[in-house]
Amino acid sequence: MTNQTDTQTNAAIEVDDLVTHYGTTRILNHVDMQVNTGEIMVIMGGSGSGKSTLLRYMLGLHQATSGSIKLLGHDITKISAQEMDDLRKNMGVSFQGGALFNSMTVGENVCLPLHEHTNLDENTIQIMGRMKLSVVNLGGFDDLMPAQLSGGMIKRAALARAIVMDPKLLFFDEPSAGLDPVAAAELDDLILRIRKALNTTIVVVTHDLDSTFRIADRITVLDKGKILMIGTVEEVRNSDNQRIQSLLNREARHVEINADEYLKELTGQKE
Amino acid sequence: MLKTFTEKLGKTTLRGVEELGYSLALLVESFYWLFFGFRRRQAIKLPSIFAQMMHIGIQALPIVAILAFAIGMMLAIQGIATLKTFGAESQVVLGIALSVTREFAPLIIGILVAGRSGSALAARIGTMQIAQEIDALRVIGISPVRYLMTPAMLAMLVMLPALTFFADLIALFGGGVYSSLELGMSLQAYADRTIEVLKIDDITQGLYKSLVFAVIITLVSFVNGFSVTAGAEGVGKATTRSVVLSITYIIIADMVFTFFLTH
Ligand SMILES: Nc1ncnc2c1ncn2[C@@H]1O[C@H](COP(=O)(O)OP(=O)(O)OP(=O)(O)O)[C@@H](O)[C@H]1O
Ligand SMILES: [Mg+2]
Repeated sequence: MTNQTDTQTNAAIEVDDLVTHYGTTRILNHVDMQVNTGEIMVIMGGSGSGKSTLLRYMLGLHQATSGSIKLLGHDITKISAQEMDDLRKNMGVSFQGGALFNSMTVGENVCLPLHEHTNLDENTIQIMGRMKLSVVNLGGFDDLMPAQLSGGMIKRAALARAIVMDPKLLFFDEPSAGLDPVAAAELDDLILRIRKALNTTIVVVTHDLDSTFRIADRITVLDKGKILMIGTVEEVRNSDNQRIQSLLNREARHVEINADEYLKELTGQKE
Repeated sequence: MLKTFTEKLGKTTLRGVEELGYSLALLVESFYWLFFGFRRRQAIKLPSIFAQMMHIGIQALPIVAILAFAIGMMLAIQGIATLKTFGAESQVVLGIALSVTREFAPLIIGILVAGRSGSALAARIGTMQIAQEIDALRVIGISPVRYLMTPAMLAMLVMLPALTFFADLIALFGGGVYSSLELGMSLQAYADRTIEVLKIDDITQGLYKSLVFAVIITLVSFVNGFSVTAGAEGVGKATTRSVVLSITYIIIADMVFTFFLTH
């Protein structure tokens, strides 16, 4: 595909035939996926299905074995480090544990991207940081250290840091993990509000079904490194695929046992 | 039995080679950022260098003073006792001066800093790694090497020679105190004699060594810190491993260095 068609299809993120390995183990297996501009795409799937892995590759944290990943029309498997740096100014990420820098205050954390990427004067930076903190209802907490925050506050502070540059792309890994239902719902509202205000394209990895149905425009279902289905909330809900239904109904996974492999596993043999 | 042994040996060797390659890449990258960082608008920030220098250098001064003084005394005690058997105890000044400046000061400082600051660096980087703070830096567009390693490397390169020189002075003083008590020579005479026998080369030789040790400690700490994968236990292991490896490499490098400098 050429750049021309990208703009026509309006895709902010385009993953094309992506294959990835950790060591010699293949994790993602010919993954194709598109996220449209302004869309909230939720990636779900069982534990170990490769959700976080797909996210990490979209963030350019690892080198793909083959395939391409286009963000805002730039193929990140091919661009230079300098171009990647520039692209990153349009990307915000909120990691599962928040990943706030422990040696800095909440305010310094939020302002770090501004310090690194802009030439704004200190006052402006401070004001912008406080504004983002108040967006996530953490106004006045800028002088605290991350260790003094609760789990939900850490996630919101991480979100403030992720949106401080007003990114076009926003990524979340398990936003509701470790939060009580109320805090999780608050975070979902925040995600929706941010999309509404800035028309941000958002990718969320989660296995929280309630949260998925609240925020998703479309859902990508991963299974063992392959895409099982991509569709709207309704389409996924109404799917008659066995695996998707068991995922939605939280059924325990049915493990297929191959007698030979099981024996090898037990005796510790590897091929 | 033999197969598992050779297998293990192979794996260990492979890991060693991999780590060596990784270390060299990190070394190159940390200097790349130092000299070319401003071009990519990622210049090194002075405050982070000073923060590292405080920890590595200034805060180590008391313990360095105690260690260096004790080593100077120890060398004097040993030297006088040994030389007495030849009736040559007046030569002790030469012995202390050379062994302190060429050997003991750089070595002790290297080992001390590896234990004190190398371990702290490995633990800090390892903790940041498992908390995904390193990933967070990268997605913000900040090179972790530039942001964390280059300042530490610079601070080490400045502070290790500085501490070594400081240890030179204190250890020589320690040796002088004991010698003057034991041999009844005045501190002034001891100092004069030391200046007479010491060549500038003896001191610079020790300082060069400390530069090499600085690079070793920084690289080993960061390689181990960046490689942490599994939890708090992983951080503990990486910390221990980095101290043991740093000290091992320091002593081996010291031996090689000494061999070439005395030939
Ligand atoms: N750094 C790594 N090195 C080697 N293998 C890894 C690494 N990270 C993940 N894996 C493997 O890749 C596979 C997919 O992991 P991933 O973390 O993407 O799953 P996930 O879908 O996010 O699962 P979860 O819902 O449990 O977070 C797993 O089999 C895992 O063991
Ligand atoms: Mg995951």
